[in-house]
Amino acid sequence: MSETRLNLNRREFFSYLAVGWITFGAAVAGMASLVFRFLYPNVVFEPPMDFIAGRPDEYELGVDERWKNVYGVWIFKEEGRFVAMSNICTHLGCVPTWLPAENKFKCPCHGSGYYPNGINFEGPAPRPLERFKVSLNSEGKVIVDKSKIYRYEKGEWNYPGAFISV
Amino acid sequence: MKNIIDMIMAPEYSFTAVVVLFILMIKYVDKIATKKFGYSLLLGMTVFIGWLFTDNVFRLNFFATNDNVPIIFLVFLVVWSCWFSLYKGIQNDNRIAAGGVPLEAEPENREKVWSWPNLVYTELFAIIACTIFLIVWAIVFKSPLEEPANPTWAPNPAKAPWYFLGLQEMLVYFDPWLAGVLLPGLIIVGLVAIPYMDVNPKGNGYYTFRERKFAITTFLFGWLVLWVFLIIIGTFLRGPNWVYYGPFEVWDAHKVLAANNVNISEYFWIKLLNQGLPKNILVREIAGIIMTVGYFVVGIPLFNKFFGNKYLKRMGMIRYYLMVMLIFMTLTLPIKMYLRWSINLKYIIFMPEFEFNI
Ligand code: FES
Repeated sequence: MSETRLNLNRREFFSYLAVGWITFGAAVAGMASLVFRFLYPNVVFEPPMDFIAGRPDEYELGVDERWKNVYGVWIFKEEGRFVAMSNICTHLGCVPTWLPAENKFKCPCHGSGYYPNGINFEGPAPRPLERFKVSLNSEGKVIVDKSKIYRYEKGEWNYPGAFISV
Repeated sequence: MKNIIDMIMAPEYSFTAVVVLFILMIKYVDKIATKKFGYSLLLGMTVFIGWLFTDNVFRLNFFATNDNVPIIFLVFLVVWSCWFSLYKGIQNDNRIAAGGVPLEAEPENREKVWSWPNLVYTELFAIIACTIFLIVWAIVFKSPLEEPANPTWAPNPAKAPWYFLGLQEMLVYFDPWLAGVLLPGLIIVGLVAIPYMDVNPKGNGYYTFRERKFAITTFLFGWLVLWVFLIIIGTFLRGPNWVYYGPFEVWDAHKVLAANNVNISEYFWIKLLNQGLPKNILVREIAGIIMTVGYFVVGIPLFNKFFGNKYLKRMGMIRYYLMVMLIFMTLTLPIKMYLRWSINLKYIIFMPEFEFNI
């Protein structure tokens, strides 16, 4: 221990103390604001929630992948119905792969499998793929609206808007 | 030979084999905890793994992801540390059985040293060694960077980092709420709770096996069989679409394994009673609910019968039942795995209406 002593009176001591605390507080606040800023993304990726998908008769029967990489939507057309499906696995949110040869969707994360119409039949996925709202505009083109979803287990697939009759 | 290995490494067989091996290990621990066995094990593993690498397909799959490399080291480390602690434990057990004290309690081993400099220096060197190792590692093995993230596309297979592959493998059998939230939470809470539940003073400061047989067996089962082995499955035995691929099998994205998974409710109402699923959710799931409740209501008294006498008194009511709950929750994993493999079960209780699936 060194023998030097600072000669401080009460007032000086408190002013040192105040300076110390203010510096400390400012540093913490600065750090906190950096952390807070970090919570918000630098780039926001927000594709529009609805898009025009052309005329229903431009699609063949079965699964169509043309919008999958842009909007994350599979078009499925069967006799009489035209629907738009989400490409998010209902298990934990991976993106399944469409396997045309096997005629099914298969998730690369835990192996859930779906029929072309989106119904799950293998693996852990608890429910079918969700469907998006589809409607026709005045030119007869399909508008897919991803902000409105229809869930099979709630019996919503027969609601108007869940499909277009073709 | 390679075809046979490809066949028996399928999770349902290899998992069973590992469980059997684990039981044998506990049963014949005296034989295993010898230097002779240790060396043979090391030799056997080295030869076997070396032999795996002579296969072109295995090598290709293996080096496709660089984080497979540390796993080989870790397999050796896990086996070694497990063998070493058993070896030390049995050594002490034999000394105690012969009327002596554990090795660590011998006077020459009780001598105390200062943490500064003894411990701190050791730590310093360990830090430097680790840093050098990591730097060399980072230079030699390039990190497996992939293309920029794309929310509408996933790699196939999409594998978590290797240390999470056990969890990912668990998710194959469960709803995400269970295998993704509840069970991992219980693993952490359970590990934190162990020192509070385990009040047995035996083994404090020395290795032992026989004095703590139950505790060691339970822990090692969870660790070796339900965690490490699941990581090995997830790492080496899962390929595109998360389908099983043998170690020598080419990853062909079109391998199809027919699996049509069925809920208990469908087994009960459609297959057994030959009628449609009832509208009321509770009625629909009644078989699964009875099974789940029965698992605890019948299982716990049964467990008490075997272990209650000894541990209930020693641990006290609360500790004992906490332990029982943790053990029963742990066992749901192998149970669910076997149900999936044997009867293609999807969910025991299935209520997607409430996002509640067991
Ligand atoms: S996220 Fe698709 S199977 Fe788990």
